Amino acid sequence: MTRTRKPGISRRSTLALMGAGAVTFAAPWVARAQAKTIKIGMPTILSGRVAQLGTSSRNAVMLEVEKVNAAGGLAGRQIEMVIRDSKGQPQEAARIARELVNTDGCEMLLDGEASSGSFAVHEVARDLGVLCIHTCSEASSLTADPKQHIPNAFRCVRQGIHDSIVGAGYAAGIAKAKGLKKWATCSPDYAYGRDTTGEFVLYLKKFAPDVEIISESWPKLFQPDYTEVVTKILQAKPQALYSCLWGGDLTSYIDQANIYAMFTQMEVFAVNMADYTALTVVKNLPKGIHSGDRYIKTFPPTPENAAWGDAYKAKYNEYPTNWSWQNATAVMFLNEAVKKANSTDGKKVAEALTGLTIKCPFGADGTVTMRADDHTLVGYAIGWGTTIPQEPYVPDVKAGDWKTIFELEAEWKKSKGYT
Amino acid sequence: MILVDLDALASCLASPACLVTQTTSGLIIGMLLFLVAVGLTLIFGVLKVVNFSHGAFYMFGAYFAMTAYQLTGSFALAILSGAVGTALLGLIFERAFMSRVYGRDVLMQLLVCYAFVLIFDDVVRMIWGPEFRSMGMPAAFQVPPLFIAGGVVPPYYLLLIGVALAAAVVLGLGLARSRIGKVIRAAAHNPGMVSALGINTGLIYGGVFALGGMLAGLAGALAAPVRSLTPGMGFSVLIESFIVTVIGGMGSILGALIGALLIGLIRSFGSLGFPLFTEGLMYLFMVIVLVSRPTGLFGKEVA
Repeated sequence: MTRTRKPGISRRSTLALMGAGAVTFAAPWVARAQAKTIKIGMPTILSGRVAQLGTSSRNAVMLEVEKVNAAGGLAGRQIEMVIRDSKGQPQEAARIARELVNTDGCEMLLDGEASSGSFAVHEVARDLGVLCIHTCSEASSLTADPKQHIPNAFRCVRQGIHDSIVGAGYAAGIAKAKGLKKWATCSPDYAYGRDTTGEFVLYLKKFAPDVEIISESWPKLFQPDYTEVVTKILQAKPQALYSCLWGGDLTSYIDQANIYAMFTQMEVFAVNMADYTALTVVKNLPKGIHSGDRYIKTFPPTPENAAWGDAYKAKYNEYPTNWSWQNATAVMFLNEAVKKANSTDGKKVAEALTGLTIKCPFGADGTVTMRADDHTLVGYAIGWGTTIPQEPYVPDVKAGDWKTIFELEAEWKKSKGYT
Repeated sequence: MILVDLDALASCLASPACLVTQTTSGLIIGMLLFLVAVGLTLIFGVLKVVNFSHGAFYMFGAYFAMTAYQLTGSFALAILSGAVGTALLGLIFERAFMSRVYGRDVLMQLLVCYAFVLIFDDVVRMIWGPEFRSMGMPAAFQVPPLFIAGGVVPPYYLLLIGVALAAAVVLGLGLARSRIGKVIRAAAHNPGMVSALGINTGLIYGGVFALGGMLAGLAGALAAPVRSLTPGMGFSVLIESFIVTVIGGMGSILGALIGALLIGLIRSFGSLGFPLFTEGLMYLFMVIVLVSRPTGLFGKEVA
């Protein structure tokens, strides 16, 4: 680029550009702190296979930002969201995050990336010192590992380890009641699938020691046909099946397992079933699949949650996803933290966020907390239930117990050498 | 973690129930694959182009079927529109674009095909949206599976195998016995001479391309009730179809049938004995075939 410009550019304007650049790069958010509007940058996935989740994140953020702006903004400053597509590529997410701060003058970041990209954005936040809230990454190590800890980054997302503890506790209860000893697993063959399944099995055996895993299947991510996996599991004749397949893979699997009547031959535990994106797509949803809650407007069963789900649906003509509630909660946290700090200064807001408890429609008891020691979200509604083929899809969600979660999470952290 | 589980494989081979289940499971995977691969091999045999955009026809077949099923509620019409729709699409695609690159550099043909892989995926995204969809099983097939010798066989899969077999037989006999079949074979062998005899080779080429597209579309339509529909769904099917044609021999219909069934059986029995190496087994088999018979199992039939 500089080569083509060479003949036309004067020394004076070059100097001016360099000067402006130096100011921008030195401390852009300080240089622009007087601006009336406050820009918040957000890299997320708006194209490709999981675009639906990224779009639902953007939708939820905009829904909440409108409310904040209508009420006067953050400390009197209107929020302007700058949202860019990372296509789900970590290096692109990092580049965009840096550009949003350095070039666009964003004073805060909402990181709407899946686990892979969130670690890259985390490094950018570490480098630039800008306030960053992760809103989509469930990978436990992002906040549990002390090496990742920085004062200016927070995670406003459910966490893998919490889900495994609650899921295994729920499954163990049913295993004991119904005498389910022989279990099979079937999960996608990549980091998420293996980690989540491993943790689930670990806690299942802890809670129900006579459980035995008699068959494991690891289909590829995005595999079109699961027939051989389905029949393999049928041959093994387990009493129960655990799967963390998700999205289109899960719906394919259900359609293919359905015609083998698999769901009448064993109890199925599919942690990612109770998400509207999957529930509304499957045409012949079998009754009685056990699933964790992702986002469902009937859990927690409060008028606030139902109203939020309906407002989202009214505006976007589809139901929110798991990523939606997490992003909405992040904006709620920002709003409350700025009020508490009475400032939009990143450092002060970060201090206010640490340990902050806010009222929230997605809280297990109507509130959620940004835990002080590891900057991660706790107290959110988490539970398991069984599905039915029409609304409300999961009529009776059994809530997980946060006391148990905290105890086992602490043990787990110790076993990992995190504390 | 179990790498090799020969006990599971041996005990399955000894049990009729397991044999029936795994064999039908292999047949289903194989027959759908055959429908896609045979179109690929047919187009290559006659037109001498490798149609890298073939997976898109499988995708369109599935989407056409889903839409027709939603509009009419008739499963027969859904299958029909999947097949006919892709045949038309194939004809247009061949006449408008592919016919311009015959005899050109392979790279040129590949580029045109690859461009259309991207274009077709985006067209699907524009019409049906980027999120995954599901057609749903027709009520007539929402029945408990059959138990044959203790093995589990879903009735829908019997229909699927039947339709694919019928397509194979009609295609095989048609090419071997009918007048059109003779002309197609002649065009594959010596297009110049066929043209000199006053036969419109452009029409033959368009027809063969449409036929290939139709078979892939039929496979997509048949798969639609049991597989989720997404833009780009044709890609993985295309890769496996290439393995099938390489094993069976490019241009051979019998080769495509045998190759597809072998791949299906490798997948279904391989997942029992080699749970972590099922994919690898397919490629390993392809390597063995390539080393021992570089033209594929039935490669001699290449015109």
